[in-house]
Amino acid sequence: METYYHPHDLTRFADMGKGNPELWGKFIQYYSAVFADGALTEREKALIALGVAHAVQCPYCIDAYSQACLEKGSNAEEMTEAVHVACAIRGGAALVHGVQMRNVVEKLSM
Amino acid sequence: MGLTLVSRNNPLASSQEQLRCLAMTAACPPFETTMAQVGLAPLHATGITVLQINVGKLCNQTCRHCHVDAGPERREQMTRETAELCMRALAHSDIPTIDITGGAPELNANFRWLVEQARALGRHVMDRCNLSVLLLPSQADLAEFFVQHSVEVIASLPYFRPAQTDAQRGDGVFAKSVRALQLLNRWGYGVEGSGLMLHLVHNPVGAFLPPKQEAIEARFRQALAREYGITFNRLYTITNMPISRFLDFLITSGNYEGYMARLANAFNPAAAAGVMCRYTLSVGWDGTLYDCDFNQMLELPLGEALPRHIRDFNPVQLHTRRIVTANHCYGCTAGAGSSCGGALT
Repeated sequence: METYYHPHDLTRFADMGKGNPELWGKFIQYYSAVFADGALTEREKALIALGVAHAVQCPYCIDAYSQACLEKGSNAEEMTEAVHVACAIRGGAALVHGVQMRNVVEKLSM
Repeated sequence: MGLTLVSRNNPLASSQEQLRCLAMTAACPPFETTMAQVGLAPLHATGITVLQINVGKLCNQTCRHCHVDAGPERREQMTRETAELCMRALAHSDIPTIDITGGAPELNANFRWLVEQARALGRHVMDRCNLSVLLLPSQADLAEFFVQHSVEVIASLPYFRPAQTDAQRGDGVFAKSVRALQLLNRWGYGVEGSGLMLHLVHNPVGAFLPPKQEAIEARFRQALAREYGITFNRLYTITNMPISRFLDFLITSGNYEGYMARLANAFNPAAAAGVMCRYTLSVGWDGTLYDCDFNQMLELPLGEALPRHIRDFNPVQLHTRRIVTANHCYGCTAGAGSSCGGALT
């Protein structure tokens, strides 16, 4: 069945360099630097990436960073907590906008 | 406890069937081709510093990833006659280290004799231990025996938590492993200043590569000390090889092609240059010689015109021998590399 997303397209990510190799090269250099050990470990950064991947709901990123987290030594419990962090922030972001709703309701109501 | 491939009459119990699967994979070019591209084909040995003796397939566990297809019902065991041939070869060489593996090598009737003989020759002895064997009634004095002979213990513990360890090695194995490590610690193993070396082996609980060795070692050290008061010397990361029971897991779980692609895409020329077969000679339970324990399980003997049995051991012929490779070798060359001594780079 035709779909917009194909798992094998993940391996073709580098094809994006064909349109503009210079920008692609800069992006990859930056990307590699971001995920290298620094003040945070590679493992911690992969867990953050997994949470963000769920927040932005990118299936490619979820696929890649689920495997990356395992390969950095994380376990399913830790990865699940990272997804809950994304869930809490997304849910909280929706809920905090309820204050705007309340502002409107209070302004319009007697 | 799981079952061996042999007892399940699984076609992958045959080394020929495993080799057929490995040769058919579309996920990676032939290993020899990849090695040629980086100037490493044909691969040759650089000497022999480790004689790895696999004393048989008998084991008290049936781990899901076992490349030996070892288990309690396996009966292939090295005899005293073959063990004597191994020690004769050792005596006629300057190989400094023997590495005894299995199965659970300690269950072989000639295990302690081998250790005593090798130590009498002044050689260093390493034992690849599944830990739970230390708790068997028949092995109540095993830890003391290790101490008496200064055996370096290399103990399998895939993860520092029960769920992952038991998923790979069987229900309750983590708890037994903890008790065995605490026992070894009480004898001084892994304790700073004792000189008794206790190393752990981590291998992934699934179809993915191991983490950076130093990073996961730090997590093991912290978790085992905090939760169980356990100390150890080093942790080795080892990549799961796509053979035997792990190959069966890969195929039945639909991960085979993806895993082979992962290994091949992570091919590391620096790791390939340092693979352990270049400095190891492997002996099977029946005395047959191999380049490594993995080739042994695939029944890929040494190359043509080389001695095929330990009785014909000749270090001059073997030191720079051409090494036999196939697609399973991607397991040792991926990422940071993998060997019985952990990461290669």
